[in-house]
Formats: sequence, C-alpha cells, structure tokens
Amino acid sequence: MSTQQLQSKQSILEIENLSMAFGGLRAIDGVSMHIDEGEIAALIGPNGAGKTTIFNCITGVYKPTEGTVSIRNKNGQIEHIHGLKPDIINHKGLARTFQNIRLFNNMTVLENVMIGRHNSLKAGIFKAIVRDSSTKEEEQRVIEESYLILKKLKLDMYINETAGNLPYGEQRRLEIARALATDPFLLLLDEPVAGMNAQETKELEETINIIRDQEHITILLIEHDMSLVMNVSERIYVLDYGRLIAEGTPHEIKRNPDVIKAYLGE
Amino acid sequence: MKSRSLLADIGKSFLIAIWFMVLLFPLMVMKVNVSKGVAQVQFRWNMLPLVGIAAFVLSLLWRFALEWNEKRGNDSRAGGPLAKLKALTSQYLGIAVVRKGALFILLAFALAYPFLFGMYHTNVMITAFIYIILALGLNIVVGLGGLLNLGYAAFFGVGAYTYGLLWKYVGHSFIAAGIDPGWLFWISLPLAGIIATLFGILLSLPVLRLRGDYLAIITLAFGEIFRMVMQNSGDITGGATGISLIPRPWLFNIKLTPQKAATYIYFIAIVLVLITIFVVRRIEDSKVGRALEAMREDEIACQAMGINLVRNKLITFALGAFWAGIAGVVMAAQTTYINPDSFTLWESIIILMAVVIGGTGSIPGAIGGAILLKLLPEYFRALAQYRMLIYGIAMILVIIFKPDGLIPRKRKQYTFKEKELAK
Repeated sequence: MSTQQLQSKQSILEIENLSMAFGGLRAIDGVSMHIDEGEIAALIGPNGAGKTTIFNCITGVYKPTEGTVSIRNKNGQIEHIHGLKPDIINHKGLARTFQNIRLFNNMTVLENVMIGRHNSLKAGIFKAIVRDSSTKEEEQRVIEESYLILKKLKLDMYINETAGNLPYGEQRRLEIARALATDPFLLLLDEPVAGMNAQETKELEETINIIRDQEHITILLIEHDMSLVMNVSERIYVLDYGRLIAEGTPHEIKRNPDVIKAYLGE
Repeated sequence: MKSRSLLADIGKSFLIAIWFMVLLFPLMVMKVNVSKGVAQVQFRWNMLPLVGIAAFVLSLLWRFALEWNEKRGNDSRAGGPLAKLKALTSQYLGIAVVRKGALFILLAFALAYPFLFGMYHTNVMITAFIYIILALGLNIVVGLGGLLNLGYAAFFGVGAYTYGLLWKYVGHSFIAAGIDPGWLFWISLPLAGIIATLFGILLSLPVLRLRGDYLAIITLAFGEIFRMVMQNSGDITGGATGISLIPRPWLFNIKLTPQKAATYIYFIAIVLVLITIFVVRRIEDSKVGRALEAMREDEIACQAMGINLVRNKLITFALGAFWAGIAGVVMAAQTTYINPDSFTLWESIIILMAVVIGGTGSIPGAIGGAILLKLLPEYFRALAQYRMLIYGIAMILVIIFKPDGLIPRKRKQYTFKEKELAK
C-alpha cells in the first residue's frame, strides 16, 4: 500500500516500518506514515510515546534500527535518507526545530539565520581571506535574505540582539526562521508552542499557516497543545508506546476510542 | 538591615580568620630546627595574630568585592564612573579620524620601538609578538570553534623543529653551495605553516567525536607525546640538548650584528602579527567563522543547519595549528636555539590563559592577553618565584569579575535601510 502511495504524486515523505531500539527498549516499533505535499500534519501522543525519536530518525540524529525513510526530492525522484548524516539530510530539503530550543545563544539573531543560509554560500577559506567582489556580494545577499526571513517572522526588530537574550516565544520563532533559511520543502516542528501563552500560540498558528500557504512548505509538527493541533493540521498521527495507534483527520481522531484511551486511560 | 549584614560579614570573617589560624598553625607558627641531629620545635607565636589579621582583612575584602560585583551586575546599564569612561572612549573611538589617528600613533610607536629601547626590550617585544600570533591561533580553536586544546604548544614546536631540522640536515649543503643559510628561514616559514597544519589535521582525526574534558585530555596527551618524541629521538632531533646555532633570517647577504638582527626579526614579527590579525579577522567575519561559532554553540543544531561537523573540526584544528607553526619558526630564529623544554604543557596553558584572560573569541582580547602575560613577568622579574601564584589569582579574579575577559568580543552590528531592500 505504501509503495503505491509513494508512486502517487502527492507523497513527499514516506516512513515505512520504522523501528528504533535503544538497547532492549524499542522506542519506536514498526511505524509507517507518509506526508503529502503541501499539507500540515501533526504527530501527537502522550509523553514518552516516541515522537521526538521519530523526528530524530527522520533528520539523521539517530540511525533507525529497522525500516526506511524516503523522500521525494526536488527533482521528483524518490530517495532513501535513513542513516544519512543530519547535514546531508538538511541539504536534501528537510529542516527542523528542537523541543528544547537549540539556538546559537551567543550569536546575534541575524547571525543565527545566516547560519541557516550557510549552504547557499560558496566561498571557501581562501575567498574569505581575499574577500573578492563576488564573496562580498554573496555575503551581502545572505545578509539581506536573512533579514527578509526575519521580517517575515516579525523578528526584524531584534536583528542585533543576542539570541539567548530573546523572550521565550521569540526564541521559538527564531528557531523556525533559522530552519526556513535552509530552504526546506519539509519543515519539522518539535513542540513549536511549548511554553507559550494563548496569544503567542495564536500568532504562531498564523505563522504556520503563512509558511505553508505562501512558502509552499509542507509541515510536520509534534505538539501537545490540542487546540493548535486541531486547528492547523489536516492529518494527525497518534503514537503511543512507540506504535502508531491512529491516523486520520482531526475530526476522526477526536472520536477514535483508542486515542481517547491512550490519553485518558481506561 | 545593612548594619546587620555588615555585622554578619564581620562575624563570618572572624570565623574564617580563626580557621586559617588553625589551618596554618603547623606551617607559619611551628618551625622545626635540626641541630646536631636533634629536632627541636620552635614556636613563633608572633606569627599567629598576623595570620589571623591577614585572613580577616582579606576575607572581608573578598566579601565586599563579591557584593560589589553582584550589584554591578544588577545595574550594569546605569552610569558609574567606569561605565562613563567606557562610553566616552567608545564614543571617541567611534569617530573614524580619532580611531585612525590612535592606530597610526600605535603603529609609529611600534616601528620606532627597537630604536628607542635596547636590544633586551626588543627581544622581549619579539617574544610578546610570537605569543600574540599563538594566542590568535589558539583563539580560533578555543574561542571560535569551542574545542579545548591543551596541546597547542606541540604545533608551536612543530614549527620550530621544522626550521631547526631543516637547518640541521640541509644547512650544510646550503653552505657548501655558497648560499646563505639564512634563506632557510624564508623557506621554513610557509613550510612550517603547512606541516603544522598537517599535524593539526592529524590530531583532529582521533578527536572528531570528542568534546569537553575528553578532548582536553587527548590534546594534552598529544602535546606531551610530541615533546617526548622530540626528547627521546636524540639521533634525529638532538634530544634534550636540542638544535643550536640556528641561522637568523637572511637579509640581502648583510652580516647583521645580534642587535641589528633582533631589530630585523622584530620587524618580521610585526609584519607577521599584522598578517595574522588581518587573516583571522577576515575568517571570523565570514561563512567559515560563523560555522565554527555555530559548532561551539551547539553541535546538534549546527549539523541540523546543514553544516558538516567533521569538516568544520578539521578546519578549526588546521587553522589554529598553522599560526602556531609560523610562530615556531620566528621563535627558533630569535633564540637560535631550540630544545623540547620550550614546548611543555605549561607553554600551552600560558597561551590558553592569554586567550581566556583577554576574552575568549575576541581578537583584541587575545592580543591584550598575550601582551599582558608575556610583558608583565618580564618587567616584574623580582616576583618571578610567585609567578604561578599571581597567574592563579589573576585567573580567578578574571573569571569572577570579568567572565567574558578583559576585552570581550563585540558582535558585528548590522543596519538595514528599507530602500536598499525594496529593489
């Protein structure tokens, strides 16, 4: 079934029979899922269900014990990406944020985003030292592009601020900005509104919609905030004890007895 | 409220004073005299109140200093006299003419230095320049890359030995061919840089997966291994006696007196320092430098941003080692003699201290730190036996009161005009 979906035009991320074991503990056990182009999908589940582990397997932080992860790359070809290094996977167009914010705290906000644009720069060490006109232009281009990304996420008033000094909600947004700077086609957000108040959550919800609608970036997010999940996502995967227990639209998930059991107990 | 805390402070200091009197009793009060094979304990009771008073005053001062430091942290933005002075200097340095003028005067002074002062001072300054190059190089590894390297002196040694060994094995054929062996200096300079870079890459391979403590231990071991190999392969490297009579750099076939030679090396060193500053600044403010800093900040996030960590670490070690190699050649040429004792762990630690005291990651900081740590001991030779003690105290003071170093890094500020971006 899944191969069929992979061949269909829609699917851009395909996870098949993915397992991840840490010693005797199977954090993920035979999970299969797929994300279609242009959709906002959510991955939910109780604490410790293995959501972040799936993210780590997709983005190369972990090498999955079993199973495959494949993407439809920018040329429309299907490519396996499991077991590749995180930087290579990022080059292929997958970008992520982290549950426990991982900004470059001592660098400025603009520099954080410029790191995201790193791979769009070609100059090596020698060009950096000589600093010829092409390098200067390139550098200027990256500065401007980074600024525009920050502007889009309403962070442009902070450009010269040290990232670690930003308010919490802004730090989360900056992580998204930095991920967007790597030019992804799929953005993986790990609890993007954790620790935010209702107002900030509302704003981020808008941001997520804008990213999908204007930048045409597919989004997969992990979130505990159910109102956000129900509002933005078109498809939801529910994970419990490393296994997929449900898949469907928000409407279906709300009524699924297994999901209710997993969340509320019997 | 305030008087009560003062009383409490005095009480605490009093307890500390008593504690120190007990603690130092065997050291400061008791003295064992051995005469005619009989040991006799002499009690110097007059030392006891001295110890007590000293401990009391110092602990009280320390407490006040800590309190002052905390307070200063709370209202650092409010204008104290120090903050005002800082604001004033930065305001004046902001004016291009003033800044350029100050730089010009500094440069003019540096150029006139060997003619104004004697050979001794010139040599001291050359050593300071060598340490500036070293500190700037280590600053790439520790300050930008965030990789603690305790074996940095080994790369310094690689540079010095490149020149030394080249002289030892190729020197006589140069003389036989009628070429001035001073030429070897100019050949060694790039060669040592390249060889040190290769050693840097060699070291970075086993430490690719290490961080923090483990990295520090491995680099420390590398430094010691290098020194031991140099010391114990006497047939090749001259062993503990080292290599002597290394020629001074060539200058148009002119035989230089030691005084003139020192001046000449002084100018070579100054040019090398300027080149180092130029290159390091360019690297810092480029894609490469930013990637190194991102690696220092967070390796996982750095990889997730598409940066190749392995390559980054290789670059860090290679770049750092290159400058140490260059500095090594200048050092060999200046002293005309090298042996393994010049490249001990202590040497690595001094360079690291220069970086940390000056301000980790800050180029002016590394320069200032190197000058401070090399010049002060030279001019306070009377205190030489307390050097370690003073370094230790200085380190503690800097870490507590100025954790970013004496001249912390200023991050580049960007400004945007709407019009520019509208196009």
